[in-house]
Amino acid sequence: MNQKQKSKIEVTLMYLVILITSIIIFYPLVWTVGMSLNQGTSLYSSSLIPENFSLEHYKWLFSEDSDYILWYKNSLIVSVAVAAGSVIITSLVAYAFSRFQFKGKKNALYIFLLLQMFPVMMAMVALYIFLNMIGMLDTLTGLILVYLGGQIPFNAWLVKGYFDTIPRELDEAAKIDGAGHLRVFWSVILPLAKPILAVVALFNFMMPLFDFLLPSIVLSSQDNYTLAVGLFNFINDRFANNFTRFAAGSILIAVPVATIYLFLQRYLISGLTAGGTKG
Amino acid sequence: MNQNSNKNFKNHNPNVATVLSIIFAGLGQLYNRRYLKGTIFILLELALLVPFLDSINFGLWGLRTLGTIPGTDHSIRLLVFGVLALIATVILIALYIFNVMDARNQAKKIRDGWTPKGFKATIIDFYDTAFPYLMTVPGLLLMIFVVIFPLLFSVLLAFTNYNLYNSPPRNLVDWVGFENFTELITVPIWQDTFVSVLAWTVVWTVLATTLQIAIGLFLALIVNDPRIRFKKLIRTILILPWAVPAFVTILIFSAMFNDDFGAINRDIIIPLFGGEGISWLSEPFYARTAIILIQTWLGFPFIFALFTGVLQSISKDWYEAADVDGGSRFQKFRFITFPHVMFATAPLLIMQYAQNFNNFNIIYLFNEGGPPVRNQNAGGTDILISWVYKLTFETNNYAMAAVISLIMGLIISGFAFYQFRQTKSFKEEGEL
Repeated sequence: MNQKQKSKIEVTLMYLVILITSIIIFYPLVWTVGMSLNQGTSLYSSSLIPENFSLEHYKWLFSEDSDYILWYKNSLIVSVAVAAGSVIITSLVAYAFSRFQFKGKKNALYIFLLLQMFPVMMAMVALYIFLNMIGMLDTLTGLILVYLGGQIPFNAWLVKGYFDTIPRELDEAAKIDGAGHLRVFWSVILPLAKPILAVVALFNFMMPLFDFLLPSIVLSSQDNYTLAVGLFNFINDRFANNFTRFAAGSILIAVPVATIYLFLQRYLISGLTAGGTKG
Repeated sequence: MNQNSNKNFKNHNPNVATVLSIIFAGLGQLYNRRYLKGTIFILLELALLVPFLDSINFGLWGLRTLGTIPGTDHSIRLLVFGVLALIATVILIALYIFNVMDARNQAKKIRDGWTPKGFKATIIDFYDTAFPYLMTVPGLLLMIFVVIFPLLFSVLLAFTNYNLYNSPPRNLVDWVGFENFTELITVPIWQDTFVSVLAWTVVWTVLATTLQIAIGLFLALIVNDPRIRFKKLIRTILILPWAVPAFVTILIFSAMFNDDFGAINRDIIIPLFGGEGISWLSEPFYARTAIILIQTWLGFPFIFALFTGVLQSISKDWYEAADVDGGSRFQKFRFITFPHVMFATAPLLIMQYAQNFNNFNIIYLFNEGGPPVRNQNAGGTDILISWVYKLTFETNNYAMAAVISLIMGLIISGFAFYQFRQTKSFKEEGEL
């Protein structure tokens, strides 16, 4: 067997691996699409390629009977608020940590590093009791505040790392021209840090959208459900009998999200590696 | 202040300033003739310390006793107030120390002949020092309430006897020291459950994460091969599982693995191998296998994307040099590619292990930690975190849940410690 033949076999094998992987990736996705197009709500009678093609489940989601649109709206409210709030709070904190020397700075950074590893789960009893005491249980505001506080340790590191790469000479130059701290922050740092701020905004937009744990603890009334909790409870009670509707609801959330991800994946990766791989 | 009056400060005594500012914040500053600052400090103390002293006192009393009158004192509320009072005390002590140090340092400077700047310069100085604190205050406050307070509360809960049968307002909760910890390792049902859940958590974390890293690396190497075409399309396909919301895919997989009507049994296992199909959800071993496979499906695309980025950044010179030396392909991988990739991504990979250790979503959404196991109070696929969830929200055994949280926290700190060492270059580079 000469070199050329050997190479050919190798390439074929590689394509074969890619093909098998692709099938494994697509199988559940295609299956879900198939389910959502089946007529009737029973999983037992549904098949991958629907015999009776129908859009009835999609129509049902938008009808009066379902809370789907309400959940969608709740999810968007939470996601937009968390994305916007996290960019503001995190960039303020990161600016202080990147550009100033102050007492407690070093310890605070270590504490952030430690805190970002702890799961919300550890704190959930306390959060539940505390939100209950201040009357924020079962409100979107309570949920948003918890997300906003919880994201600081991780994102402050990420953004601080990026701010550190912006040359200090720019600050100095602006200060000589008479700019104050806030002005430097607003007109020098922020415009240059747009890429990392976009990453933070995107992370914090997606995270509440997908999170199941925290909303399932904080939110208890149907009207306040976010998509993840709503869809879970949707099939939790009558699993097999609601699955086709669940499939339709899942697709309406997965398609826009996947599209955004695929467009922005390069920035997501670069954002993560910028903050995380300097070690 | 003018030059002439400077001589008068020869006798200015830092100790007097220190003692004065200990007696009441701001007095030392007044002695230093920083009248505005002194007044502000005095007003701050009057506004903060005096009204809060009562509530702090009450909070700390509650923390110590957890209430004394059953039915009237609500132990858990008292614990909440107590933790908040504790945090407030620490902050106030820090401010007070700052006040004393400030008075002392300034008194020293004045004795050594330093002329205080004018009013305007002082204000600007103050703005400069206070600015970073002002910037961090909103975030810090949020973090105190949402992260630090709940963690402290959980830690303290582990040393109480708070559970369904002993809960306020009917009963008082008490401090029990390490009783819960001894119970966890001596009472058979707790001991069995704890050992098996911990073992499975470790196996799960190591297997699932390593598998997703290995597959991600393998695919990244293949797609990065110069002979492969349509790279962009292939990459998009391989990243797809990452792009679809995980809670959606987990629930879909949970339906596909269903014992009775799931597609895996109905369309793949039974037609290919015959028989009744595999009981994916009701046999612990198969449920565990399924969960590891699903996590691999969910997790490899991120690793793949990460490694692809790193592979592209490795300089071609390395490989050319290896070619000259006659290095085999395996040697090139072993000594060039692998070290490069691992070095660049080690902290993120460690994070992956930590994330799977805490991966509540997949365990709970797939099968709610089931199937049930005899002589245990956790399910067959329960990892520590989902067990804590069950203890808290299903059996209301808050104290034991806190004990296990605390143990998890210790394990997580191990991960964090490793991260500290990894990020050492941060210290050297950014002066933290």
